[in-house]
Amino acid sequence: MKNKILTMIMALGLTFTMGTVSAAGELHVYNWGNYTNPDMIKKFEEKHGIKVTIDSYDSNETMLAKVEQGGSGYDIVVPGDYMIAIMIKKGLLERVEPNKMSNFKNVDSKWVNVYWDDGRNYSIPYQWGTTNFTVDSSVYKGDVNTLALMFDPPAELKGRINMLKDMNDVINAGLRYLNYPRCNSNKAQLKELNNMLIKAKTDWRTMDYSVIEKLTSKDVDLSQSWNGAAKRARKDRPELVYSYPKEGFTGWMDNVAVLKGAPNIENAKLFMNFMMTPEAAAMTSNFANYANGIIGSEPHMNTELTSAPEIVMPASAPAPEFVPPCAQEVTDLYAKIWTNLNK
Amino acid sequence: MPAQSTTHTLLSASVVAEEKRQRHKRFSLLAPGILTIFCIGIMPLSIVLIYSVLEPGDYGGVSWVLSFDAYVQLLFEEDIFDETLTFTTSFLQIFLRSIGLGLFTTIACLLIGFPTAYFIATQPVKRRNVWLFLITIPFWTNLLIRTYAMLLILRDQGVVNLSLIKIGLIDKAIPILYTDFAVGLGLVYAYLPFMVLPIYASLEKLDFRLVEASYDLYATRFKVLKRIIIPLAKPGIAAGCILVLIPSLGAFITPAILGGGKSLMIGNLISLQFGQARNWPFGSAIALVLMVIVMLSLLTYLRSSARKGLTHD
Repeated sequence: MKNKILTMIMALGLTFTMGTVSAAGELHVYNWGNYTNPDMIKKFEEKHGIKVTIDSYDSNETMLAKVEQGGSGYDIVVPGDYMIAIMIKKGLLERVEPNKMSNFKNVDSKWVNVYWDDGRNYSIPYQWGTTNFTVDSSVYKGDVNTLALMFDPPAELKGRINMLKDMNDVINAGLRYLNYPRCNSNKAQLKELNNMLIKAKTDWRTMDYSVIEKLTSKDVDLSQSWNGAAKRARKDRPELVYSYPKEGFTGWMDNVAVLKGAPNIENAKLFMNFMMTPEAAAMTSNFANYANGIIGSEPHMNTELTSAPEIVMPASAPAPEFVPPCAQEVTDLYAKIWTNLNK
Repeated sequence: MPAQSTTHTLLSASVVAEEKRQRHKRFSLLAPGILTIFCIGIMPLSIVLIYSVLEPGDYGGVSWVLSFDAYVQLLFEEDIFDETLTFTTSFLQIFLRSIGLGLFTTIACLLIGFPTAYFIATQPVKRRNVWLFLITIPFWTNLLIRTYAMLLILRDQGVVNLSLIKIGLIDKAIPILYTDFAVGLGLVYAYLPFMVLPIYASLEKLDFRLVEASYDLYATRFKVLKRIIIPLAKPGIAAGCILVLIPSLGAFITPAILGGGKSLMIGNLISLQFGQARNWPFGSAIALVLMVIVMLSLLTYLRSSARKGLTHD
């Protein structure tokens, strides 16, 4: 009996160690859920004879917590812009210099010198999008390109608004509406923001992430939204129009990066280079429904995607603003305003 | 046992050895349980406790500096204007809302659940089982799915509004969803069986000859209820109230879905601290305070019921 148990324990231990030892020809990708095109992975596997495993997370913070513990065994992660900045600062990413790889010429030059990875020594673009709002044009017939529709809504939209339950997205939109800078620690300005949000909240019906469902069920007529969600909601409710407010709006980008001390670092570099081919980028876009930042990918993308006003920004729209992570004192102030708004 | 050991030394030696073996056996049988409780219960809780007295780290996590700021923050805040430390009501309000919602759910469940349980308990035995079976049917479905079903029923384009419009009672949908009423309704619906079952269990054992006797002694219906039935059903009522109150205190899904997320619950408040607010010590402190509140109310109940058990003997 004792021997049996001992053998079992040993066998168990063996499987664990086998899990961490990297066999040649493997790659472990840690990406957002439902965000990796299986066909694209298959293509990579066939091209290089590498076996890819995929694991998923639901927020940048979850990913950071797991990676920081160490020993995660992952090679590739796909963090958002601000999270790349944090991870570089914490020394969690390997400086693999994708800017010297053969396919780097395909990266759109406007995505090279970015605040989170200037010159692209650590990461390459994966998908990018914007956070705005979408509104039913049959309910509200005026100009949609202003944040006033969320913060000082006309009568027909009062009580018909959903905001994202997201501290940064709501506060940044409010700061733009008041024309105050982001990462703001000016207490007088924040007080004004606080009062404006409390007043505006009386006109909001819900604060929730489930944007598509709220819009298609006609529970609300306006919802703060990511561009991909807005496009999918429009399928069911064709009257929806995605706004590009003149006061400005938030852009975001997820980026492919390699973890420091990745077990399969050479394979990870191969993967990075592969991800910069127009075909691979287009496959990702077709699956995830966002733009990719790789030049020449459009011809390989679904026309339904390249013709969507949510994905292809009109020339008249202001440039999206990428907001860096704010200092802790600012975050503390934001958290107070947010808690106060939601109490 | 030691008294006999002097006369039967040999025998007692083997008894002692046997005792020892038994103790070892018992311990090794208990070991997996204790180990599990330690690993997945006490250890994580200790981490939460330790984190709550540290300072928040850069971009999440903690830095290893002792600080009780997290607990001070729960009650006091620096005013955004004049930097004085004032008593803050934000968190208190969030706690009170959760507690208020819990109390409302408990009372509503009691008012509906008690007559239901009484009705079932007074049915013929065969039919009782059918009724009990019907009460447990909702448990076959996941709470999330049942809550979404409520959402479909209550929304502007939902069954209730559409049929009211069809009948002609109203001509425009009345907003039921995303109100406190919807949250209360959802919670009562979710937790009602937890109230009915324990009350039924104690009413089932009730000797109805006592009820007849009190009628014979000219007690009114109300007096019978107050002096005979309720006191005898008390253990069931108390158990039901606890079973409803505690889960509805920490209710997370129902308020989020049916309430529209416009107000934070304790659960949301905690997850905010570990996410965007990047203040893990504060999140840990809130989680511990909630746990202490729940534990204290449970202990109070256990002690009071234990005392009652004593007086009965």
